[in-house]
Amino acid sequence: MTDRRTTIKWMLAAAAAIPLLDRAAAGEVTASLPAPNGYGSDPNLTKVYRPGDVWPLTLTAAQRRTATALCNVILPADDRSPNAESVGVVDFIDEWVSAPYPRQLADRPIVLEGLAWTDAEALLRFEKYFADLDTPQQHAICDDICYEPKAEAKFARAAQFFARYRSLTVGGFYSTPTGHKDLGYIGNVPSSRFDGPPLALLRKLGLGPSS
Amino acid sequence: MSPPSTSATKNGYDVIVVGSGAAGGQSAYTLCMEGAKVLMLEAGRNYVPEQETPMFQTPDQAPLRGVSTPEKDFGFYDATIDGGWTVPGEPYVQSTEDPHGRFAWWRARMLGGRTNHWGRVSLRNGEYDFKPHRRDGLGFDWPISYEDVAPYYDKVERLIGVYGTSEGLENTPNSPEGCLLPPPAPLVSDYLVQQRAGRLGIPIVAGHRAVLTRQLDFKRSPALLHPGNLKAQKIIAEHMRQRAACFWATDCGRGCSIRANYQSTTVHLPPALATGNLDIVTNAMVSEVLLGRNGLAKGVSYIDKISGRQHVVTARVIVLAASACETVRILLNSKSAQFPDGLANSSGKVGRYLMDTVGSSVSGQVPLLESLPPLNEDGASGEAFYGPWWLYQDQQKGKLDFARGYHIEFGGGRRMPNFGTLRSLESLTGGSYGKKLKDDARRYYGSFVGFDGRGEMIPNENSYCEIDPKVKDRWGIPVLRFHWQWSEHETRQAAHMQKTFAGVIEAMGGKVLGAVKTDGAEAIAPGGFIIHEVGGARMGESRQTSVTNQWCQTWDVKNLFLNDGAVFVSNADKNPTLTIMALAWRASDHIVRLMRRKEL
Repeated sequence: MTDRRTTIKWMLAAAAAIPLLDRAAAGEVTASLPAPNGYGSDPNLTKVYRPGDVWPLTLTAAQRRTATALCNVILPADDRSPNAESVGVVDFIDEWVSAPYPRQLADRPIVLEGLAWTDAEALLRFEKYFADLDTPQQHAICDDICYEPKAEAKFARAAQFFARYRSLTVGGFYSTPTGHKDLGYIGNVPSSRFDGPPLALLRKLGLGPSS
Repeated sequence: MSPPSTSATKNGYDVIVVGSGAAGGQSAYTLCMEGAKVLMLEAGRNYVPEQETPMFQTPDQAPLRGVSTPEKDFGFYDATIDGGWTVPGEPYVQSTEDPHGRFAWWRARMLGGRTNHWGRVSLRNGEYDFKPHRRDGLGFDWPISYEDVAPYYDKVERLIGVYGTSEGLENTPNSPEGCLLPPPAPLVSDYLVQQRAGRLGIPIVAGHRAVLTRQLDFKRSPALLHPGNLKAQKIIAEHMRQRAACFWATDCGRGCSIRANYQSTTVHLPPALATGNLDIVTNAMVSEVLLGRNGLAKGVSYIDKISGRQHVVTARVIVLAASACETVRILLNSKSAQFPDGLANSSGKVGRYLMDTVGSSVSGQVPLLESLPPLNEDGASGEAFYGPWWLYQDQQKGKLDFARGYHIEFGGGRRMPNFGTLRSLESLTGGSYGKKLKDDARRYYGSFVGFDGRGEMIPNENSYCEIDPKVKDRWGIPVLRFHWQWSEHETRQAAHMQKTFAGVIEAMGGKVLGAVKTDGAEAIAPGGFIIHEVGGARMGESRQTSVTNQWCQTWDVKNLFLNDGAVFVSNADKNPTLTIMALAWRASDHIVRLMRRKEL
């Protein structure tokens, strides 16, 4: 017996899988290294790259919409920094799942399936796509899948996706100058001297040159 | 630096140096300063650090936030070009599918080789390290002692610039006054490790790295480096002046456009070129050393990778400095009626006793380091402190279940956040997301400390390389096949590292991230992973049991020298690069001496 929930899931999962199958059929996904469309072993290291510069981005508009909503739930704006979307995390995730390398190729089905699952779950629970839910509704879904060790068995796969998606979002966000500033990273500037931590701080921590 | 020539070479070279890294760079430097005409052949392309180094780029300016990929194994911004664990078109072969029996070979096909990206850790071998067999009956003794190499350690430290201190610790040599630069200020996490490891009896002292914490002494050092050689003094003084001191930012692994750390391309090659005695040909893939009818090496054959054409160049002396395994490969591929098993291999020892470093890592999260105020902790981008091996006495009393020791490298601090900086967050936060996750990130950033053991491997009969009978690279040159096996000395040492590091993390009030590996075979990094491969053509006292004499001169072919890590007899816990340079300088001095005496 196939219920409505399962049908929607199959439908969405199948839709998400199509680009992957197309790529596989074209011999791109399974290509052995060096990848034909990677940056090669001698890329220009001083130029500024944007997602899509080296290999094409592949998320559909619908997938990007869900991806955007989800990364903004994971890292929303607060008084110290903007949301994930605004520092290019969606473009980064698109770049990641479209990349020709083994680690990223392994993540691609997890992310695509997961985005499809997220919309299917939103449709089931609230009859709207995830991006159209209000914040409490989005949290209701995320609360069930946000921590693998505590997720119910039926959410195990979704929780695995969420963990992966969160680490992509976190990695994509905090590796930008905006993320650096949020964390209080103040390096990457040349200086004529380096004195180490202030003595007062060391003393407070019970540390120092004489300890 | 003037661009290397890629055109036809001149005749009448005194020495051909194959390779341009630590050994090739040092050899060319010493030989050219002494007036020898040198042709350097490098298999990779020209590389200009002043123009090509990504200094201040942030991860978001790189593809995939700069994470490692099979095309850039150490991340996008790592200085390595056309290299890594795999090089397109240049395969190597494993003798077994067993992961414990495999060896991973890191190469860098670029001018300056691996010196462009290395960690810059520059430690002297101690007196025990040259006579390990005498102490515990394992492995082999070197035909030289610490005293033979010490003057060259002094010279290399003065030339390239190494920071550190002399602490008078066992088997951890002091440097004479004036050799070392002052160490950088430690970070908060460094002080914490020092305090808590200290309580466990583990001494933590200033690290030694090839980074200029201040400008080199261009007034005093030139005369000490090149006594009586005014031209050399003038050239090196000028180049010491040109090298800037560290400006306390950017990752040394990217290389350094201001020449504040050691790379062959910024330190050895510019003054060598300034002598007018050095020609460099890049994209020159050497396939073999050619033997003359007089039993001497007459030259080398190389393939120009751009045109695919083969060339032969000749000289009075041939120096191989291609990296331990590549040097071995060239010898084994140089077959003749006189040397059917490979050149200079009458002993049958070429390829034997390959070694890497024992490596194992543990990281932890330390509540004391949470929520610190913003601090610039870029520092010198590497160890301000390290822990030299400290259990010599316990080991002598038989209290340890393995021979030889390791030193501890560690790092924490508020370094530039990259893709992986907060990867351990989930286990600490119980899966937070939303505003809570942002608060958690601020709290935990900077509270992680990682420990790496770097230990001695004892050479054994089962770790070696040979030529594979079938596989050839894209240039048609037969490739290496590796055999690898750790002994219990190494695996037990790795288990000891795990236990020790977990103990230090706990003493810091921290929590180990992940499992502490009690099985040494699982704890130890695979062969080749630490990228300290040495051996394969060891030096020794006799032509029956070794490939070269103490001067890196092959017993069989007197004008053929192996100036790189291939000649290592043991692989002390001390990272090999400083010793490679010291031995290359010593061997090059000997070459000059023999040439002047017309013995070469």
